[in-house]
Amino acid sequence: MNYLELFRATLPETALEIAALLVLVVDLGFLRKAALTVRAGTAALLGVAGCAAALWMVPMEPLGGLSYPGTGELLLAGGCTATAAQIGILALTALTLLLLIEAEFTRHVGEYVAVVLMAAAGGLLISAAQDLLVIFIGLELLSLGLYILTAFAKRSGASAEAAMKYYLFGGMSAAFLLFGFSYLYGITGTTSLHQIMLALYGGNAYHAAPLMYVALVMIAAGLGFKVATAPFHLWVADTYEGAPAPAAAFIASVSKVASFALLISIGTAAVHLFDGMPGKVEAVAGIHLNPQPVYLGFRNAWSELLVVLAAVSMVVGNLAALAQVNVRRLLAYSAVAHAGYILLGLAFFSYSSLSAAAILYYVLTYGLTTIGAFGVVGVVERATGSSRLDAFLGLHKRSPLLAAVLLVLFLSLAGIPPLVGFWAKFNLFAAVLSVQHSGVALVLVALAVAMSAVSLYYYLQVLKRAYVLPAVDETAIPVHPTTLAVLLLIAVAVVLLGCFPALLQGWIAGFYPGM
Amino acid sequence: MNGFPLLTLLTVLPVVGAAVALFSGKHARGVALTTTLAGLALALTVWTKLPADGSIGLVERAAWAPSLGIEYHLGVDGLGALMLVLSAIVTLMSVDAAHRVHRQPGLYFALVLLLEAGLFGSFTALNFFHWFLFWELSLIPAFFLIKLWGGAKRGPAATQFFVYTMAGSVALLLAFLAVFLSTGSMDFERLTTMAATGALEQAVTAHLGPVMMWLAVGVLAGFAVKVPLMPFHTWLPAAYSEAPSPVTMLLTGAMSKMGVYGLLRIALPLFGHQIAQIRTPLLTLAVLTVVMGAWAAAAQKDLKRVFAYSSVNHLGYCLLGIFAIAVPATGTAAQTSQAAALNGVILQMFNHGVTAAALFWFVAMLQERSGGERGIDHFGGLRKPAPVLAGLMGIALFSSLGLPGLNGFVGEFLIFRGVFPLTWVAASISILGLLVTAAVILTVIQKVFTGPLPEKWANFTDMHGGERLAMAPVIGLMLLIGLLPQLIVDSVNPTVVNLLAHWKF
Amino acid sequence: MLAWTIYLSFAGALLQALLPKGRPALSRWLALAVALSGLALAVLGFAAGMPDHFARFTIVDAPWVPSMGIHYLLAADGISLVLVLLTGLAAVAGVLFSWNIEIRTNQFFAFYLALIGGVYGVFLSFDLFLLFVFYEIAIVPKYFLIAIWGSTRREYGAMKLALYSFVGSAMVLIGLLAAYAASGSRSTGLVDLAHAGLPVSFQMWAFPLVFIGFGILAGMWPFHTWAPTGHVAAPTAASMLLAGVVMKLGAYGCLRVAMSVFPHGMDPWGFTLLGIGSWRDVFALLAVIGIVYGALVALAQTDFKFVIGYSSVSHMGFVLLGLMTLNQIGMTGAVLQMFSHGVIAGLLFAIVGRIVYERTHTRQLAELETMHLSKRLPFAAWAFVIAGMASMGLPGFSGFVAELQVLVGAWIARPWWTIVAGVGIVVGVAYTWRAMQKAFFSDAPPGPHLHEPGHELAAITWPEMAGVALLGAATLAVGLYPRVLLDAIEPAVRALLAGGLQ
Repeated sequence: MNYLELFRATLPETALEIAALLVLVVDLGFLRKAALTVRAGTAALLGVAGCAAALWMVPMEPLGGLSYPGTGELLLAGGCTATAAQIGILALTALTLLLLIEAEFTRHVGEYVAVVLMAAAGGLLISAAQDLLVIFIGLELLSLGLYILTAFAKRSGASAEAAMKYYLFGGMSAAFLLFGFSYLYGITGTTSLHQIMLALYGGNAYHAAPLMYVALVMIAAGLGFKVATAPFHLWVADTYEGAPAPAAAFIASVSKVASFALLISIGTAAVHLFDGMPGKVEAVAGIHLNPQPVYLGFRNAWSELLVVLAAVSMVVGNLAALAQVNVRRLLAYSAVAHAGYILLGLAFFSYSSLSAAAILYYVLTYGLTTIGAFGVVGVVERATGSSRLDAFLGLHKRSPLLAAVLLVLFLSLAGIPPLVGFWAKFNLFAAVLSVQHSGVALVLVALAVAMSAVSLYYYLQVLKRAYVLPAVDETAIPVHPTTLAVLLLIAVAVVLLGCFPALLQGWIAGFYPGM
Repeated sequence: MNGFPLLTLLTVLPVVGAAVALFSGKHARGVALTTTLAGLALALTVWTKLPADGSIGLVERAAWAPSLGIEYHLGVDGLGALMLVLSAIVTLMSVDAAHRVHRQPGLYFALVLLLEAGLFGSFTALNFFHWFLFWELSLIPAFFLIKLWGGAKRGPAATQFFVYTMAGSVALLLAFLAVFLSTGSMDFERLTTMAATGALEQAVTAHLGPVMMWLAVGVLAGFAVKVPLMPFHTWLPAAYSEAPSPVTMLLTGAMSKMGVYGLLRIALPLFGHQIAQIRTPLLTLAVLTVVMGAWAAAAQKDLKRVFAYSSVNHLGYCLLGIFAIAVPATGTAAQTSQAAALNGVILQMFNHGVTAAALFWFVAMLQERSGGERGIDHFGGLRKPAPVLAGLMGIALFSSLGLPGLNGFVGEFLIFRGVFPLTWVAASISILGLLVTAAVILTVIQKVFTGPLPEKWANFTDMHGGERLAMAPVIGLMLLIGLLPQLIVDSVNPTVVNLLAHWKF
Repeated sequence: MLAWTIYLSFAGALLQALLPKGRPALSRWLALAVALSGLALAVLGFAAGMPDHFARFTIVDAPWVPSMGIHYLLAADGISLVLVLLTGLAAVAGVLFSWNIEIRTNQFFAFYLALIGGVYGVFLSFDLFLLFVFYEIAIVPKYFLIAIWGSTRREYGAMKLALYSFVGSAMVLIGLLAAYAASGSRSTGLVDLAHAGLPVSFQMWAFPLVFIGFGILAGMWPFHTWAPTGHVAAPTAASMLLAGVVMKLGAYGCLRVAMSVFPHGMDPWGFTLLGIGSWRDVFALLAVIGIVYGALVALAQTDFKFVIGYSSVSHMGFVLLGLMTLNQIGMTGAVLQMFSHGVIAGLLFAIVGRIVYERTHTRQLAELETMHLSKRLPFAAWAFVIAGMASMGLPGFSGFVAELQVLVGAWIARPWWTIVAGVGIVVGVAYTWRAMQKAFFSDAPPGPHLHEPGHELAAITWPEMAGVALLGAATLAVGLYPRVLLDAIEPAVRALLAGGLQ
């Protein structure tokens, strides 16, 4: 490994960091006296430009990734999931930045954008990471940014409270994660994901199985916190409610994409543990051809854990969402539910790239939809001062376009065809069943489908207020043209990607050679 | 197939007339009169075009719903054609009599014409499906005519009428479904042939087990309600007395004939053997209908109810004749008797139609002049202020009584002539009915037209010119048939022979 | 050409959504134009199928999601054509009976046309996936139509309907996913799936799952409870569409998906419990119970619209019973009954919900009794008489031929089904009768408001007359000349029976 390689492999991250510095310099240096809107606009545009630059650089990363000098084990992966997820992260980050334009929660827009960009850099790192240490560093980079973003509305008590909760839970979970990582290292003597998997499969690890279980539970707790699965979801509702809307959108989308990309990496490593070992080709073929999943070492236990988490998340998330009166909290619990569905895909992970592609598809489109949803919530909140359900009363009169966007996005979240959310679910469940098409998988998919039927109820609660119930206040809600454009763009994308699902599918599949 | 679809035209004509009448408001009666006159002309044309051998003529056929064995199959023989003529006459009389309809006349006459269409349709249909269609079609307008224009208790009367007839229809429908399921056909001619060879019973028994008797009972029940046969008659007095008189004319003059016609066209041809097996109980009921009808008429104080029960009595003779026929003919004498009875039944259908309609028309006239009174005891001595009315109504009453020389006599005579050799017990008891009827009719004449004239009827107006003109052809017809029954018998007899040849008991 | 029924409806919906507010007349005429063109296309499509004896023909076949073998496959056979025709009729009539919608007119018609587009799509889809997509598209607009423009307990009724539908479609989705995974054929074409040779043990559980899933929307007892409340809460056009078309979606799904893709699910179990030895027996039993139960409950209702609502449950029972006969005549009858009930129920709801309710503002039979509507609204009364006669199954109307065929088919399959269903018919006559008597032809003493001066009921408008004429003519035409539809249905049913069903 030389530094040039490292530089090439981390070009996008570098671009983001440079953009972050640039934003700070411009904002604090040149625009100190300018109006807030000008500063916000400049900062957001610079941030978007940084994302664009990073996007442009993503293809320049080495395809083979970045490996240890001696062993050839990967530190950062290239291509496949990493590239797709990074592109997704950058695009979603750009969208959340655009929502900042009319934000009033802070005067420190420069810092805000800088933190967003840095956190996004952490996200990029995680989605490519193949080594425990890189993973942990990336996660911390991301999480620290998120804590700050949550607290960014300094005048808001709720924001501070949310940030404190988030931080405490986050710190705790990071500790769990690190604890789990240290056990893994202790058992296997390596920090490379691939080597860990191999070692856990080998006979040496057999006696350490109890330790491995402890480690896996710890890791699941740590990562479960990041992707907001039950029972590690306690921070979600408060954070989503308290954080400024753009920050919440960022947490709900970018951080999700990055974390799930990490989980995909772990899953891929678990099923591809024999890759590159010529003598084991037949075993690999065996796995590949066997329709039944072969539980091997890590995989066996990991799957069981994920199944439990998935089931609990789906049920808890959906049922808790039923009782919410605040749209943000509702979105938070629905995020828990969606995490549950995705975990199902991770629990039944295919040898082929089918599952990986399906999960990416899901999390990217989910991220997109959620940004839009928080965008709408943000606008409504600014006009009414509340994000409670009743704030949406008569929205179709106050802003027909906003209401239409809300309709599309929420129906997509509920999984109504032909919107993209439906394809995401279908894709994911089809992938699960293609791994195992009877027994547990079928029952879980049935549970998931049933739970998404439940979810329609609470999504309709919001839409009901927007469209059905009489308005209390009929004054028009002003929407900044940029915000409106972004929201419309997202809504149109949700519709079009839904009508032509092959577009995004094909794009993702393009990153997986041989699919 | 006859080149010109005369029968279809005949059925469509009143439907078109109904549509026109519906929107012509005050002129609806004129439209209806024109239509019914045209209908009568067409019916008479049909009558003249009958095949001489008594077989079914003027046939029209078209595939309809082959999977259900449904075919558009029309045709008439002497029986059907006579019923067409009768329906046309009775409807014309009814429209003529209904000059006092002021409320929604368009609707009223549209319904009357629809009812006529139902009558025409059911008398020409040779496939169960559209026979049933028209059978039901005639029921609906009748219901509404009673329901909307009837007397004080019209609601219950109409409902009772509808429910009874509908229940009968359901029985009919179920029986026919079973027949269709077994044979795949709903065609009367084809089924008659099958029944004559015994193939029908075999097919039904093979498909559904030994249910043939039940089917026969179902079909009989459907018709028994309509005719009516005691004890299925309880809807009748209420319906007849609550309906406006012109509607009662239709009910008794034409619609009750649908039941008798059904027995002749469907029940006897298809289930002759089964009917022969239960002939005794059926005859008992028929005799009961004759006798009890007459007795009940005697007990009534309301003219309409009197005539209602006397209608039951008169149609009882038809039933008596029909059930009496249902016995394997063992010799020429028996066959002659059967032919005589059947001739009598058909004649009686026609005669009763004309006479009963006329009687209810007279009741309507009485009511118009008395402000709605129609109790027997409310009148008296009317022949003084209204001699023409008394005279003409007297003729109709005597026709109803069966006085020789009037139409009523011929039919009843032929029936008894035929029934006596076939079952002398039933015939003998039924004579009791004849006697009681005579007593009833005479009582009516005596109480209404003779005796002292009550004060209030002193200026009771007689029939005016228009009424006389309208009634004259009817009375003329009674006399004509009474004197020259061969006008009808000559045309009907070949049909009777033909029918009997196809029936197997 | 037929595909344009779908595109046109969606385009119309989009256009309506973009229309400026406060132009209700424009919205109406636009909606009518779209619906009429849809009907015209449906008629043309029907006529186009005629020379070919209504053999199945493909309209569009393009790969949609190639990696999953999903095709955008639109095709039609006789059954589809008949139901497309029904949709066209119902759509036009629905617009006509929505002429009085004054609030948010353009939104109303936007949802309305979206629903119609979805329905057309379901009837024309021959790819299971595509069918499901259209099926779901049809669900959401229903919610808004009822919740925004409905009446009695509209939010409750709308939500109940939406959730029932969604639960049903969730069951269908599970079956779809499982079949897709189990077939391994990498195709979701209905024909491909039917020929995929799915294991019998799989079909055994997938069939009831999907059948119930679709059956919920078809008003199958005991999952019918959404139907009466939904129908009552819905605005007239929506209840017309609900009963007229949307319930048919369910029945169509039962036939086209559940029975065609999982035919072995109807095989005998190998044991019998209380005379029930297969899923077929189970569903036939439910259908028969639905027929009788719906009719009996309708008999006891005090709300006019509830009578019609429950009658739908009863009539849809005939459809399901017909399907479960698994013979030519019964299934033909079932499809014809879909058409027939679609038209008749539409007509009944139009009369009750629009013509009567909009003028009297009550649906309580006890209150209507005092209004003497036969005199004050003779048009409504006689339209109801015709519709009621058709609903009773009197000969000469479409319902007679349809129900007769179902009964004949049921008799061939299991005679006792026919006997029980026959009881349902008799009760059907009774409840229609009772409602008609009470609502229109009652002799009860007039209510107090009758004497209030100026309490005249508004005159019947031309859209109402046109709508009644359209639907009445349809049921009469089919009743008098059933071959016009039977010729289309019979070959399609024969092909279905030959191609896997038994």
